[in-house]
Amino acid sequence: MSDDARAVTPTAVVIGHGGFAAGLISAVEQITGRGALLIGLSNSGMTPQEMQHVMKGYIDEGIRVVFTDLPGGSATICARRVSAVSNGVVVVSGVNLPALLDFVFSPDMPAESAGRAALRGKESITVWGQG
Amino acid sequence: MPIQLYRIDDRMIHGQVVVGWGQPLDIHLLVLVDDVVASSEWEQELYRMAVPPEMDIRFESVAGAAACHDEFAGDKRNSIFVVPDIPTMQRLVVAVPDIKSVNIGGLHHRAGRNQKLRYVFLTPDEEKMLSDLASKGVTVTAQDVPSARVVPLEELVSGEAAA
Repeated sequence: MSDDARAVTPTAVVIGHGGFAAGLISAVEQITGRGALLIGLSNSGMTPQEMQHVMKGYIDEGIRVVFTDLPGGSATICARRVSAVSNGVVVVSGVNLPALLDFVFSPDMPAESAGRAALRGKESITVWGQG
Repeated sequence: MPIQLYRIDDRMIHGQVVVGWGQPLDIHLLVLVDDVVASSEWEQELYRMAVPPEMDIRFESVAGAAACHDEFAGDKRNSIFVVPDIPTMQRLVVAVPDIKSVNIGGLHHRAGRNQKLRYVFLTPDEEKMLSDLASKGVTVTAQDVPSARVVPLEELVSGEAAA
């Protein structure tokens, strides 16, 4: 982790199945040195209530963006529950590495950057050759 | 039989259900049985957006699910019934005697529950409810995803599987 990254305040939570979040954040750190902008969580072994409680804690601390893996996953459903009772919280499901890489380069405006990052993530999925 | 699974899962609609079971069993209909969700448009919208376009989702109370069970059983689409907890499944089984097997897919830790599997924690009362189901001729097993081992109720309750 870079010295710059150590000094920054996290701006988003990444939550998903298994080691999804840790893996993505590790990749963000390797590529940009900005992994410290992201807090990684796994839904493994957690009840929906526990997930909501943890997410709410981060939102109370000022986090305004939650990235999740699967649109139909429990983490997404919990994030949407929390966002419904929290002002200005953005939930992005289906997050991938290109989206997070775009996001971490706009740390001062996380909620605004989340939508653009989602578009970048979508645009990055490409198929070459014949399927 | 189009109803492929009667599942107890405290997360109800999530990745294991939609993808883990949904794809291999070719599921095109989910029936979420929960009295709270059945009476809340907001809750229903939350779950509706969690399922892929090719999958239909219906929201029923226990009474509603019992009343519509034959309709769902006759539907050509493969389906899964999901309930959030053991008491709800117990009520459903009483109302629908046709239910002969129940899958425990996920009951996570909370105060008073003891670990039985990585994904199943039970209170003594819940253990008794499951045993009562079994005594009515219902086969109760635990299995979070199709590729996992099916754990019979006796082994589950004994705690051997958690060791």
